[in-house]
Amino acid sequence: MGKSILLEHGSGGKLSRNLIKEMFIKYFGNPVLNNQTDSALLNTDSNLISFTTDSYVVDPLFFPGGNIGKLAVCGTLNDLAVSGAIPKYISVSFILEEGISFEDLELIVSSIADEAKKADVLVVTGDTKVVNRGKCDKIFINTSGIGILDKKYKHISTGENIKAGDKIIINGTIGDHGMAVMAARDFAGFKTDIRTDCACLNMLITDVLDAKCNVKFMRDATRGGIATILCELTENLNIGIEVDESQVPVKEAVRGMCELLGFDPFYVANEGKIIMIASADDAERVVEVMKQNEFGIDCSVIGEVTVNHKGKAILRTGIGGTRIIEMLSGEQLPRIC
Amino acid sequence: MQYIDEYRDKEIVGRIIKKISSLTTREIFLMEVCGGHTWAIQKFGIPSLLPKNIKLLSGPGCPVCVTSRAYIDKAIAYSRLQDVIITTYGDLIRVPGSSSSLNKEKSKGADIRIVYSVLDALQTARENSSKKIIFLGIGFETTAPASAVAIINAANEKLDNFYLFSSHKIMPPAMTAIIEEGVTIDGYIAPGHVSTITGSRIFEHIPAKYGVGCVISGFEPLDILQSIYLLIKQIKDNNFKVEIQYKRAVKPEGNIKAQNIMKEVFTLRDDWWRGLGILENSGLKINEKYSAFDAERIIQVNVEELIEEDGCICGDILKGVKTPAQCGLFASQCTTANPIGACMVSNEGACNAYYRFNK
Repeated sequence: MGKSILLEHGSGGKLSRNLIKEMFIKYFGNPVLNNQTDSALLNTDSNLISFTTDSYVVDPLFFPGGNIGKLAVCGTLNDLAVSGAIPKYISVSFILEEGISFEDLELIVSSIADEAKKADVLVVTGDTKVVNRGKCDKIFINTSGIGILDKKYKHISTGENIKAGDKIIINGTIGDHGMAVMAARDFAGFKTDIRTDCACLNMLITDVLDAKCNVKFMRDATRGGIATILCELTENLNIGIEVDESQVPVKEAVRGMCELLGFDPFYVANEGKIIMIASADDAERVVEVMKQNEFGIDCSVIGEVTVNHKGKAILRTGIGGTRIIEMLSGEQLPRIC
Repeated sequence: MQYIDEYRDKEIVGRIIKKISSLTTREIFLMEVCGGHTWAIQKFGIPSLLPKNIKLLSGPGCPVCVTSRAYIDKAIAYSRLQDVIITTYGDLIRVPGSSSSLNKEKSKGADIRIVYSVLDALQTARENSSKKIIFLGIGFETTAPASAVAIINAANEKLDNFYLFSSHKIMPPAMTAIIEEGVTIDGYIAPGHVSTITGSRIFEHIPAKYGVGCVISGFEPLDILQSIYLLIKQIKDNNFKVEIQYKRAVKPEGNIKAQNIMKEVFTLRDDWWRGLGILENSGLKINEKYSAFDAERIIQVNVEELIEEDGCICGDILKGVKTPAQCGLFASQCTTANPIGACMVSNEGACNAYYRFNK
């Protein structure tokens, strides 16, 4: 049997030092982190700094197409990237439950390193705490991220330039992550080939912005699905939105699982999907550029900003009816009968 | 997707809407009994497609909606017992009791587990022999056979720690009671899943005695629209009967095996329905033979005093005499995030569906 995490690994003593050296520095090592200072000293220039943080507590730790480590990098980087920033640095902090295996931890840490490398960001600081068995569920991870934001993209995170006629674009199929995790929980004996869509989207976003497309808004559709973003947008900016259900890409397996469970894929979590709003003139070009990137092949224009029904997101259903898209409250639960 | 897309064909939907519109201009009230229908009707935006003279009312077929607050209070009391694990379908945990909910008790440390099948609850019993596992049995003829199977299995395995707290109900008495109360209904979109078990004959007294047609419907948009068409045709022809639209699942005689399993375990009793009060022989009680698995008989518990919510009109909504929009609490105090009445909790509840898709 391999080594396990002990409470002492979080004590700040020798075992902690060893863990940092043999695990985290080994994988994350870079000139900034190697200094092992209390806070990382970072170079910047006259642009804005974008800063975000998020915690990850997914169960199970490993699921088809990813694990908690990959998620912890992608989630935070995507939060930076959708503001228009170029992600540069992240912190990674672990809360470990005593008894978890080094093998699992190493798999997770190496995923973090892989994703960070692919996304061209450095892990520059971190922390580890080990808690008694039962005090956390195996591994919790917090990551914070810093990105550099060119001032000309300041409007993207607020969506202040959105106007009627703008097009709403998604970079691919919805609901993959939520259903992959649910299937990985051995939920109701499901056997599926659904994989998480978990991916760092900063390169995709850079491609679109570099193509000088007039992007007015971006947000990553994570927990609560795309419905939550659309509702937030309409409420916060008091705009109307109309979405055409038939244009929203959903994988057959995801749709099937949702049908069976009574879930609506609009509310299912994604980890590699952005809702982008672009001017009508540029929407086609956005689609063209996205399709060149592996994370945008299935992109689609799903709707538009409207003059009518301000404050509401309206869905044109597949059969031609209309209804409101409402914010999710609580968790989606399977229907009883 | 095969067997789904065929029932969601936009062009055929358009054609059937046209046919429905051409049948009559008089005002017609149809009640969809089953919560699954309520959910599908709202999800697909069917009311936005129907001509204005066709009104759909939501009926009493949402399991958590009709369940009494006293039942929730008792489930909460059970959950507070040290040696008990509550197993339940997910919807129930958010239903408000007099002063708490199962969800709140869970956050305070009660062992309450959401299961997707009663057989998962049985498995929990096998794995936790030192605990008493209580399954909260709600729902109609759809979920009752599964509860019965669990009890029969528990008896065969001699499991002595599995209990059912039954609030199972049967559908026909409620459908009769709504007409008897004088609610204007011109036809029932009859429950599809219930009918797969019961067959179509249980509804035959409704057209015969009351002149109200029943069409047993599937759950896809074209199923529901075809059922609406058939009901209006019955009204136009003045020929009221029970028809099965959902032929791919429902047979006139139903599922005899499931019916026999229910008969083996349950006996009828008078039961309380939100909005309808006590209806004779409308509930399912575990019979003498299996009484060792009846939570109510075996596990005694003190239940707090019942406090019903003022101003909540779930009862009238379930009968179809009022709509969610007519409730003073709707969308102000009572929301999907903070439900006051049971109809706001479940996906299948009229208030929940109306709130999410029409607010």
